[in-house]
Amino acid sequence: MRINCPVCGERDRREFYYVGDAVALDRPDRDAGLDAWDSYVHLRDNPAGLTRDLWHHEAGCGAWLVVTRNTGTHAVSDVVLAREVVR
Amino acid sequence: MRLCQVETVPFTFDGVTYRGVVGETLAAALIANGVKMVARSFKYHRPRGVMGSGSEEPNALVTIGRGAAAEPNVRATVQEVYSGLEAFSQNAWPSLKTDVMAVNDLVSPFLGAGFYYKTFMWPKAFWEKVYEPVIRRAAGLGGLSGKADPETYEKAFAFCDVLVIGAGPAGLMAALVAGEAGADVILAEEDSALGGRLLAEVEDIDGLPAMRWVADVEARLQAMPNVRVMTRTAVTGAYDQGTFGAFERVDRAGLKACFWRIVAKRSVLCAGALERGIAFPNNDRPGVMMAGAVRAYANRWDVATGTRVAVFGNTGDVARTARDLTDAGIEVVTLIDAAAGEHVIGTKGRHGLTSITVDRNGVVEQIEVDCLAVTGGWNPTVHLTCHMNGRPVWDDAIASFVPTPGAVPDMVTAGACHGVFHTMGCLLDGAQIAEAVVKTLGLKAKPVVLPDADATPYVITPVWSVAGKGRKWIDYQNDVHVKDIELAARENFRSVEHMKRYTTQGMAPDQGKSSNVVALAVLADVTGRGIPETGTTTFRPPFVPVPIAAMGAGGAGMGFAPQRYTTSHAASAAVGAPMIEAGLWYRPSYFPAEGETNWRQSCDREVNMVREAVGVVDVSTLGKIDIQGPDAAALLDFVYSNTFSTLKVGRARYGLMLREDGHVLDDGTTARLGENHYVMTTTTAASGLVMRHLEFVLQVLRPDLDARVISVTEQWAQFGVAGPKSRELLNGLLDQGVDELPFMGCADVTVGGVRARLFRISFSGEMAFELAVPARFGADLYGALVDRAAALGGGPYGMEALNVLRIEKGFITHAEIHGRVTAFDIGLDRIVSLKKDCVGQAMSRRAGLLGGDRAQLVGLKPVGDVKQLSAGAHLFESDAEPVRVNGQGYITSVGFSPTLGVMLALGFLDRGRARHGEVIRMVDHMRGLDAQVEVCDPVFFDPEGGRVRG
Amino acid sequence: MGFSGFRVLKEGLFGQKGWTPQWRNPDPKDEYDIVIIGGGGHGLSTAFYLAKEHGMTNIAVLEKGYLGGGNVGRNTTIVRANYFLPGNSEFYSHSLNLWEGMEQELNYNTMMSQRGVINLFHSDGQRDAFARRGNAMVNQGDDAELLDVAGVRKHLPYLDFENGRFPIYGGLLHRRGGTARHDAVAWGYARGADQRGVDLIQNCEVTGIDIEAGVVKGVQTTRGAIRAKKVAIVTAGRSGQVAAMAGMRLPIESHVLQAFVTEGLKPVIDHVVSYGMGHFYISQSDKGGLVFGGDLDFYASYAARGNLPMKEHVMEAAMTLMPMIGKARVLRSWGGIMDMTPDGSPIIDKTHIEGLFLDCGWCYGGFKAVPGSGYSFAHLLATGQHHAPAAGFRLDRFRDGVGLMDEEGTGAQHNLH
Repeated sequence: MRINCPVCGERDRREFYYVGDAVALDRPDRDAGLDAWDSYVHLRDNPAGLTRDLWHHEAGCGAWLVVTRNTGTHAVSDVVLAREVVR
Repeated sequence: MRLCQVETVPFTFDGVTYRGVVGETLAAALIANGVKMVARSFKYHRPRGVMGSGSEEPNALVTIGRGAAAEPNVRATVQEVYSGLEAFSQNAWPSLKTDVMAVNDLVSPFLGAGFYYKTFMWPKAFWEKVYEPVIRRAAGLGGLSGKADPETYEKAFAFCDVLVIGAGPAGLMAALVAGEAGADVILAEEDSALGGRLLAEVEDIDGLPAMRWVADVEARLQAMPNVRVMTRTAVTGAYDQGTFGAFERVDRAGLKACFWRIVAKRSVLCAGALERGIAFPNNDRPGVMMAGAVRAYANRWDVATGTRVAVFGNTGDVARTARDLTDAGIEVVTLIDAAAGEHVIGTKGRHGLTSITVDRNGVVEQIEVDCLAVTGGWNPTVHLTCHMNGRPVWDDAIASFVPTPGAVPDMVTAGACHGVFHTMGCLLDGAQIAEAVVKTLGLKAKPVVLPDADATPYVITPVWSVAGKGRKWIDYQNDVHVKDIELAARENFRSVEHMKRYTTQGMAPDQGKSSNVVALAVLADVTGRGIPETGTTTFRPPFVPVPIAAMGAGGAGMGFAPQRYTTSHAASAAVGAPMIEAGLWYRPSYFPAEGETNWRQSCDREVNMVREAVGVVDVSTLGKIDIQGPDAAALLDFVYSNTFSTLKVGRARYGLMLREDGHVLDDGTTARLGENHYVMTTTTAASGLVMRHLEFVLQVLRPDLDARVISVTEQWAQFGVAGPKSRELLNGLLDQGVDELPFMGCADVTVGGVRARLFRISFSGEMAFELAVPARFGADLYGALVDRAAALGGGPYGMEALNVLRIEKGFITHAEIHGRVTAFDIGLDRIVSLKKDCVGQAMSRRAGLLGGDRAQLVGLKPVGDVKQLSAGAHLFESDAEPVRVNGQGYITSVGFSPTLGVMLALGFLDRGRARHGEVIRMVDHMRGLDAQVEVCDPVFFDPEGGRVRG
Repeated sequence: MGFSGFRVLKEGLFGQKGWTPQWRNPDPKDEYDIVIIGGGGHGLSTAFYLAKEHGMTNIAVLEKGYLGGGNVGRNTTIVRANYFLPGNSEFYSHSLNLWEGMEQELNYNTMMSQRGVINLFHSDGQRDAFARRGNAMVNQGDDAELLDVAGVRKHLPYLDFENGRFPIYGGLLHRRGGTARHDAVAWGYARGADQRGVDLIQNCEVTGIDIEAGVVKGVQTTRGAIRAKKVAIVTAGRSGQVAAMAGMRLPIESHVLQAFVTEGLKPVIDHVVSYGMGHFYISQSDKGGLVFGGDLDFYASYAARGNLPMKEHVMEAAMTLMPMIGKARVLRSWGGIMDMTPDGSPIIDKTHIEGLFLDCGWCYGGFKAVPGSGYSFAHLLATGQHHAPAAGFRLDRFRDGVGLMDEEGTGAQHNLH
């Protein structure tokens, strides 16, 4: 797999670290309750198809990226800096 | 037999010396020398000869070389001959001709598909003791030498606009068009020469022999700086975003092979087609060959595969084969036209074909031949188009599967693998497809003048299996025949995947390249379904088998992972300190002094030295992260469970970091160097992880924070100076005095004018400092520190002593914070500040992570006769049986304390903090230890902490 | 009809004509007591033990493709009981016991071969961690031996003891561990379940789960609606999609794990060897192929095919550990979809929907669990009570943090287990 880092350009998969679903962008308030936190830390939509997940260009610029990707084909349709994702 | 005079060199096969032509294939050379039988089959050990002329060869697998360099399962049809080549047959004992295991063939009626699932079950113990060892010994083809592979392999990356896979007529045209349009082109060809089938056929292009055209195109390609021609390079796999694996057989300049990672914007697959056979009785004898291979040996290698040849098939290749052989002076005895209902229904000749029995619509005759050329048609080489889960589709016109367009993104197919089966069509297809491809790259193809070439239409009457008694082999390598497929269907293994797995069809080294389509057709026939409905199994990478040494090039020995060395490494190694590894760093274990014969003596001395005088230890491997910015404090408050915004400038504090799931991630001290400037210390093992975590927090969780982090682990060399004489050591070495620096203080200092950082922190419980200098000064500073320590009765200490010192003080490492531990477990839940949010805070409040029966950190001391404690031992009530249901905890760290004269342990015990003083049982089945131990506070030494404060 | 050496001889004499289908191809009935979604190893063994241990035969196994086509047909065939956390220990111990009687229980030679599993360690700290594991195994009643370097050398003389990147300090030997013929396990359970009256329905994809007022009523399939008193989801990597039909989100992320096999070679590796520092493990099949694998590809995927960087990493690990393997050629590589949980341990539980049950989250370790999972899940389905050895596999442990079984200690990041 190759990912088009917005900072560095297209790079091989081996430069990136993967952490999981971009659900991490929506961190609950600390008093949001156990269900909200369970959902955030554990539960996953785990879609067979388009997903948004978080990658770290660890062996490159160090940017955390939100990658829109198809889990069935590995086609990457969008890559943006996590910092720039509006919440 | 050779068809012309050539210059030859000697080579051997099974110890017999023959002569071959340098660069021809071993198969060609063996055939030229009249060697018919070259191998034994996998299951029944049937005699087998060369079948084909390419890497798809199912039969002629040999071992090349001897000793550590011996290479098993080499295709004789690919191996090039050189002077002194040594080849050996496989899977036969004592010899190829006299093979004991050939007895399997005699009892084959009992060894049908899957027979082993139904027997060998009684008596129960016999499977592993009797049956399986026999089966294992009989199985396998060639053998590994058991010695390290002595040859050199490498890996490389390549990038291009257009990767053309295969250099037959379609691939050559595609590469030419793409190259002339200005694209960066890689043309990868598995063979040693360009041309594809043109190498093996007698055809004209523009009125001249086809190979003249090939040579002309090759010259034009080589002349273009934007085109790279790679021969002996098989593209092995298609991966995401235009990435391909390719295996290059180099065999020169000391290099055995190279594994390529090729990244291409576009790819054109021109992999050609593979010929298939026909299932007829005893169609596996040496001398029964693919018609295309028979032509290849005659036309390309000038070698006759027989003296009396018959040709059997269902396409125009029957006549073409007869024509070529006749022109080459080889006698063609008879043609059997399967399309007209004429069949070969039997063969004879144990170690080589002697005759065939032919049924021409009821007229049966036996004909003496020593070679039978067979063709059942051609299958497009669709393999790479299946590597991303694409499934090929059935095409009735060619009675085979063709690729599904778009099966691999940005890949198109051209030529025979695209279902185009004559040279003119391939040239046209290659040119047109390349024109379209370069257009998508924004390039414009130059006008192409297509040469004139053979355009005979491909006409096929599908023939899969003929009537007649005897086994009709389909998968030669795994000895699968028609009846096996019938049996599978009878037992309801009717799904194509079930049939494959039950019969092992297509699972041998050729992965069914020569047999899968025939097997599917037979299954379809037996089950009364059409072939499209029956479906196919999946082709998976690699296209040709790749040596582990090639794909794993660089991994052998120390190459597998980086080795990290501290600035003091040379000095430690010079005094004979054995090294241990932590987080890829090498650290001294202990420093043996004169007269010391084991590590414990050294360790005890070093511990005493620190407790009584002063010791020096390199702590540079601990992660150091520089944190700056207006929100640096807020960042630390968010990543640490305790508070750092209240830390005064010039002070350091212990910090505990949680994962978002509420468990402990890491710990360390962080110092505030300025209002907006901190330097964080992590454990050695977690330094990378914590750095990534901080970036995650800053970029993903809290982009509102204005702070920056950078790893400075390798930029600073840092040394611990610990012991009652540590102040004395540093005073006079530093340009400033250290007496004023309070416990947990930090300061900018200079050492001989060099900028340095001084921290008064301790991991030993003694008064201690850590002194950091830019790494280039590390070695010098270490030398100075050790010299000064020696003058004070101290010296360097290693990891063993460091470990004992910290156990005496109950300090934890990753042996304790092993990923399943909470702040509560280590008695630090009170430092999780609830005044602010932090990573892991919410989840750390879950019921299961607090209180209850959780195991808690305790100290343990032996109180019985057994004084030995061990990490990894489990804990039980003092009189309980050591079984799982009685388990109450485990020991994480042990060390002999010279200070207290006893072995000490840290561990986790259910409700342990409430059980100090209780005597319990420690059992280590692994080391045969069973001891009574007393539960106590984990701080064994100087619990008041007076020493550290001085 | 039973399988035996005698029968093999007899059929051999008569041209193998007397063999009959190993299972039927029934059409689905309108209603079953229990519908099991997923005809893989766990689904088939669940059906078998429901029939054998609980006398329940009005059961259907619905498989969208062919029986045994999921992870049971694409794993590296390793069987072991070397877990160390309570909850896992007793479960895998029970499963190993079932493995040891499987051939007789199923009248099917699944070629269980207790070749011994050796986990290597490379530091003092790792030795202690493996000692703790070994002690847990012995405490549980299973076998474990801590080998020193000489002990490892005796068993595995071909390792690179001198120049390998990570020096070998020793190994944990688990003699009862080994390998089995993976497809045969699926087929043996299928045949056994079918013989007891279970309907195994292939090419039948579940498209919906019918729930009324919080109670499961049946399933919708590509072969029509099927009513059921209980529905069991046993769909491994596809658990998320099937559970979503019931409106549930699971603590599961699906990841690809690759596996590799070389061309057939004469016997050279006798044990299952596991090299944690390089995430590499290997054994040799009875056919002679070296079967090996490594770590996950690390990103969520349903593609069932592996990436190139991980292939290279696995082979590099092979080369530093056992450089004699260099001339072996990789013949085929493939990927399975692993249902990764936040603690790396599985789930066998009821759900908040009455009559809907879950058996999933086996991560990359589902093969060795096939008999134990089926046995325990059948117990839960039949009795409504958790089977003791699997009582720890609760769905709510993540939410409440009670009884987490994080063997790797890497925390709630699905792909790190």
